[in-house]
Amino acid sequence: MSSSRTRPAARRTARVLGLASAGLGVAMLRDPKGVARVSGVDDSATALSVIPLVGARELLHALPLLAGRPGWAWTRVAGDAVDLTAMGVALSHRGGERGRRLRTATAAVAGLAALDLLTAARSRRAGSRSAARELLPSSAPWKSAIDVSAAATVNRPPQEVHARWHDFSRLPEFMAHVREVRPAGIGRWHWVAEAPGRRTVEWVAEVVEESPGERIRWRSLPGADVENAGVVEFRPAPGDQGTEVRVRLAYAQPGGKAGKAVAKLFGEAPDQQVRDDLARFKQILETGQVVRSEGTPEGPLARRMAKQQPAVPRS
Amino acid sequence: MRATQWMGKNHVEVNEVPDPRLLNDRDAIVKVTSTAICGSDLHLYDGFIPTMKKGDILGHEFMGEVVEVGRGVSNLRVGDRVVVPFPIACGACNACERGLFSVCENSNPNAGMAEKLWGHSPCGIFGYSHLVGGYPGGQAEYARVPFADVGPFKVEDDLTDEQVLFLTDIFPTGYMGAEMCDISPGDVVAVWGAGPVGLFAVASAKMLGAERVVAIDRFGYRLDKAREAGATDVLNYEEVDVLDALNELTAGRGPDGCIDAVGLEATHPTTAVDAYDRAKTAVMAETERPHALREAIMACRSGGTVSVIGVYGGLMDKFPVGSLMNRSLTVRTGQAHVHRYLKPLYEKIRDGEIDPTFLISHTLPLDRAPEGYRMFRDKEDDCTKVVLKP
Ligand SMILES: NC(=O)c1ccc[n+]([C@@H]2O[C@H](COP(=O)([O-])OP(=O)(O)OC[C@H]3O[C@@H](n4cnc5c(N)ncnc54)[C@H](O)[C@@H]3O)[C@@H](O)[C@H]2O)c1
Ligand SMILES: [Zn+2]
Ligand SMILES: [Zn+2]
Repeated sequence: MSSSRTRPAARRTARVLGLASAGLGVAMLRDPKGVARVSGVDDSATALSVIPLVGARELLHALPLLAGRPGWAWTRVAGDAVDLTAMGVALSHRGGERGRRLRTATAAVAGLAALDLLTAARSRRAGSRSAARELLPSSAPWKSAIDVSAAATVNRPPQEVHARWHDFSRLPEFMAHVREVRPAGIGRWHWVAEAPGRRTVEWVAEVVEESPGERIRWRSLPGADVENAGVVEFRPAPGDQGTEVRVRLAYAQPGGKAGKAVAKLFGEAPDQQVRDDLARFKQILETGQVVRSEGTPEGPLARRMAKQQPAVPRS
Repeated sequence: MRATQWMGKNHVEVNEVPDPRLLNDRDAIVKVTSTAICGSDLHLYDGFIPTMKKGDILGHEFMGEVVEVGRGVSNLRVGDRVVVPFPIACGACNACERGLFSVCENSNPNAGMAEKLWGHSPCGIFGYSHLVGGYPGGQAEYARVPFADVGPFKVEDDLTDEQVLFLTDIFPTGYMGAEMCDISPGDVVAVWGAGPVGLFAVASAKMLGAERVVAIDRFGYRLDKAREAGATDVLNYEEVDVLDALNELTAGRGPDGCIDAVGLEATHPTTAVDAYDRAKTAVMAETERPHALREAIMACRSGGTVSVIGVYGGLMDKFPVGSLMNRSLTVRTGQAHVHRYLKPLYEKIRDGEIDPTFLISHTLPLDRAPEGYRMFRDKEDDCTKVVLKP
């Protein structure tokens, strides 16, 4: 089973590509002669009939891209490759000013193609990311898992960074969706996390491994609302730059409604949420505070990014 | 308080808004006495920088009097007179420790947004979109200054606001632009753009010992200012072919250092070329009009340095990477690391080595900010730099 969900970054790039496609497409349909002139192929009758077709193609894949479906970037890559080949053929026959203009157009298409490739490749990778889920307890049946990971370099020594994480009861100070973590016996912690719709989910987790200055591993005990596990690793950063912190979390996702609820818990951007948690962790250790702006008063927060407040003081 | 708000493309208003409050222990509140409009503000005004929200308070060049300090700020007192660097920097991360304040790793709470567009995030900046933090700016009566124990620089000598205001941004920016050229005796430095940033780059290149400094712009009155700032030669790019002229001037070598002080809204004298990038930016197929940068690369002497202080936002077309690679060019860039230049440049002003007031063309009350924006953008009334008084 996989945790395949499209990365929001890929989705956003997809939209930009969609806009570019739409723009180019409209231009090609409305003014093929103009496009031919700018591209340096205005001496060819075939070009004039091909350009509106290419324009239609651009518009065709503009639509799914605008809807944020990056997989469709692959159709663009194919399209760009066709353009490049067509232009390559044209190039070998042309010189002078026309050739110069054509070379310019080829360079522009090549640029777009590179971006298309990048988006398509990222949408692929999102589906096959490595899992941290060997940590998950196998007690409950689960269909798939959400794996999230993040890394940051914190400009403090490993012992100090470890000590700050080790204090589980203070995790809510930088973990945005965790409301409370309280002791529940030796090496055990009771977690309360926020879920959508003002609900909370709870679980007790046990620390399964702790090596000071190196690593902490924990996982939920049977009876958890959501089965989950986590590892955080601390390594000295090269060149006296503090500590490399790497976090991996896995949340079991049962089938049906419960599964949907787990997915919702993380909203649109599970990776971003963990990165934000880690950013806040870094800020606390390096600067003693969570950094706030009037646009983002809570400090780094994935769901706030889409819903920024204007940069104006609140009364 | 009164504050200059971005209300949409080409639309700013001065309105009544709530006074700022401390949000963190290391904050201070500054009562603004002078603030300026920057070429960077024009990129927001003209709608080139994404993630602006209606109502955002503008302005990143400001100074004034400390009226409130958080518990964590021990080096400032109420009543201190300070200039505030435009990059917000924590002073404690790896970047800050290496003096790279404008890429502070902690000061942008919206780093996630910037990472999507740029891979990694730079610092937070006052009044400069949500991509770099969503911080209200200083074209207002009051401003909250985060990490007030790191940024603000105390002015204790008897100098006017006008003399020290540009330490907030454009003097350090121009200076860094020149410094990045590693100028050695005999060097020729060319500066694209004779706006406030370009003018300080010209003056700084001169200070750092350039043999000749060439200023390039299309406005005669700005080129005159460039001569005042120390340019030995000026080129009007609407009248001469810049590449030919620079080759003539340097006997075919090309300038050793080429400074782009124009940024993403450059114009091009050839209508077709200008139209190409205007069309591509209009349909979002690129985000820049990088004429000056392309030209700076083509012009630069083989083995020379291209120093980019003009601002760019996203993706450009037709980047002459072949010229860059095959001719051993070095590209250096950055939002200015203002903090590290405050003291040395302040001393140059205090000791009379430079008088930064020469570029102020207009001083207006804050309420007339909308007019200031329009004049500065349209280069009306020989406008070079607008200072606003709240
Ligand atoms: N790196 C930094 O830290 C930093 C700080 C402040 C400003 N900036 C940037 O510096 C740039 C200049 O700022 P400014 O305040 O001087 O703005 P400005 O708009 O007043 O100046 C730009 C000048 O460039 C000229 N110009 C346009 N196209 C040109 C071309 N093709 N060749 C030569 N000149 C051309 C314009 O006529 C104008 O005089 C902006 O992009 C701004 O955002 C960067
Ligand atoms: Zn500025
Ligand atoms: Zn920092």
